[in-house]
Amino acid sequence: MTVRTRILVLLSALLVLAGVGTASVLHASARAERRDQAQAGGPRITSGKVTLTQPGRMVFRNMAWGPHRDELTTVPASDPSGPRTASGVKCLRFYAAAGTGVCLQAVHGPVSDTYRALILDASLHIRAHYDVPGIPSRARVSPSGHYAAWTAFVGGDSYAGTDFSTRAAIVDIRTGALTPSLEAYRIVKDGRTYHASDVNFWGVTFASDDRTFYATLATKGTTYLVRGDLRARTVTTLHPNVECPSLSPDGTRIAYKKRVKGLPKDAPWHLYVLDLRTMRETPLAESRSVDDQAVWRDEHTVVYALPGDFGADLYQVPADGTGAPRRIDSAAVSPAFVGGTGPAS
Amino acid sequence: MYVADSRAGSPKLSTSLEQGGPPSATASADGAARPCAGRRLTAVAPTVLALGAVSLITDVSSEMVTAVLPLYLVTGLGLSPLGFGLLDGVYNGFSALVRLAGGHLADRGGGRHKWVAGLGYGISALCKPLLLVAHTLTPIGLVLAADRTGKGLRTAPRDALISLSSTPETRGRAFGVHRAMDTAGALLGPLVAFLILRATVDGYDAVFTVSFCVAVTGVLVLVLFVPGGRAHSPAAGDGPRPTLRAALALLHRRDLRRLTVCALLLGLATVSDSFVYLLLQRRLGVPDRWFALLPLGTAAAFLLLAMPLGRLADKVGRWRIFLAGHAALLLAYALLLTSWHAAALPYAVLALHGGFYAATDGVLMAAASDSVPEELRSSGLAVVQTGQALARFACSLGFGAVWTVWGDRTALTASAVALAVCAAFSLTTLRPKGTA
Repeated sequence: MTVRTRILVLLSALLVLAGVGTASVLHASARAERRDQAQAGGPRITSGKVTLTQPGRMVFRNMAWGPHRDELTTVPASDPSGPRTASGVKCLRFYAAAGTGVCLQAVHGPVSDTYRALILDASLHIRAHYDVPGIPSRARVSPSGHYAAWTAFVGGDSYAGTDFSTRAAIVDIRTGALTPSLEAYRIVKDGRTYHASDVNFWGVTFASDDRTFYATLATKGTTYLVRGDLRARTVTTLHPNVECPSLSPDGTRIAYKKRVKGLPKDAPWHLYVLDLRTMRETPLAESRSVDDQAVWRDEHTVVYALPGDFGADLYQVPADGTGAPRRIDSAAVSPAFVGGTGPAS
Repeated sequence: MYVADSRAGSPKLSTSLEQGGPPSATASADGAARPCAGRRLTAVAPTVLALGAVSLITDVSSEMVTAVLPLYLVTGLGLSPLGFGLLDGVYNGFSALVRLAGGHLADRGGGRHKWVAGLGYGISALCKPLLLVAHTLTPIGLVLAADRTGKGLRTAPRDALISLSSTPETRGRAFGVHRAMDTAGALLGPLVAFLILRATVDGYDAVFTVSFCVAVTGVLVLVLFVPGGRAHSPAAGDGPRPTLRAALALLHRRDLRRLTVCALLLGLATVSDSFVYLLLQRRLGVPDRWFALLPLGTAAAFLLLAMPLGRLADKVGRWRIFLAGHAALLLAYALLLTSWHAAALPYAVLALHGGFYAATDGVLMAAASDSVPEELRSSGLAVVQTGQALARFACSLGFGAVWTVWGDRTALTASAVALAVCAAFSLTTLRPKGTA
């Protein structure tokens, strides 16, 4: 082949490849436009005022296609599939308690996205914001509204990078004091101080005393439930194979995802409830793998997300292992039951 | 044939080489002293440029995927990717063995470098569309493993092609040019990926498709513009036959054995990149949100220094630059160990880290090429690379263990001492026969 032929071959191949590449980008951006239009049969959404103290409401990230996609949205907790009111505030993850909200948000930069955590007051005004070092995954506020916590995935910077780690942060909302990583806390494992370079924390959940919290600690391929002490800055391991703990409103039980042997490696978790006094585990009546930090709707019911047609759907299941899971809402994630934990009365 | 090719170097490239060169005072003084100063115009063979272009294009493609993969797993697929990294070590060991196989395959049958390298690039290209259909961690892990197999397969034959197409006096700069182009691709990749994500919403499928198209372009450039076959020097018949045994018998050659042992020992004291970034962040308080940008600092320094240092290596001796690179790394460790906290310190550490790569990565290949006969070039380079890669892998395991038991400071101090000892040993070993 002469140089001329080779250049011609390359140029014509480039034309074809450029066409394929351009078509795929156009296809993906057209899909983006479609997503900005409401789907027929989707939930009715209007913009309006959303507050974090209105009794009997559920606030969540709306994932239904349309102009209010990804906005914090509210529905009556007693009728979660009813008409939605959208706030205009976009979040990836969200939680709220006692009139305080935490919203983990992507900030679109010129080259890449960065993430931040917003502390919101009851009217969704920003009280403070903090940098989040990676892709956000979990968010919680203490029952008093005085503390907030979030978890982010950090990593993937080497060739075909698969070395992920998590970083869990806790902030005292009253003083603004931030602990960027729980790795700064002293770890007590089997009664002794434990050091390891591979420690990861995620999924913080707070007790109502403004001192105790629970979280997941992972090291050497094992996960543990840890009880943390905000004043002593320690965490103590309690129980193995617990991820994404969620403390019940009365502080006696933990709902969590447990890695169950025999399940596929990419979907290994079943929902369990651990009684903190007896350390007895109860499997819940959900047979699918759940990758979420469950939320207690009341003393008897937990709510969690499963993948759905438009991102995620919300389900609830009794916390005592009886009954059956029930879908309560579609195209929704990160729910918080505000203004009182029970349904509207 | 390759020597002839190298004489046809384009003047345009030479200009850019001049700009990126070392301080002009030394350059001109040296150039004047050399018998054929005009050769500087023929700095780099077209084959090297073509291979550099292939690497640049391929790295754009692979780094596009790397940059969005965490985002895709977590936000696109909703997976918790923790624990995924455990497989990483397995991949690394496997990739080192594949490299040996690739090197050996390329030498057999009279130099099939181009086709073995092409196979490696091809496998990696085919992995991109597979990412579109793999939606759970296990298949994604397998696709990444296949991608790394391709990378392992192509590395040694490609480096052999670079060394075979350059004259011994210009090998350092040839590798420097190649590594600079390679790194430029690695820096461009994430940019392209994020521009696509910006133009779309959840456009991961578009990122993977474009990445595939770019990878195919790389393979095409290789097939069309890199000459196949191998240089048939008159001495070709005298060398050992390209069998696996002959490849290992290369280690009987004193100069190659010395170089391999030194590369291995120094590799044992080379802390892996992610630990360096982690230490930077902890010791020097680099803000969390800049963490992802730290590798870009190293890459930028590598990009800027690869060519000038490769050129310098040709002039003052490759072993000198190779050891100077490790001295730079030692200095970086020392800076990480001091309690002196200046705002410029992270930049200094990253510049030294990138300088270390610029002074060692291509330079080692150029140095090893001197001691390996043409028939076994690919296998010989693979042996050196594999030794170094396994040593570095052993170092990260050991470093992680020491960090866990005695803390990061002790681990780094131990590595610094080990590096100093190995460098001193290498200095005495490599010095006497420093031919160039």
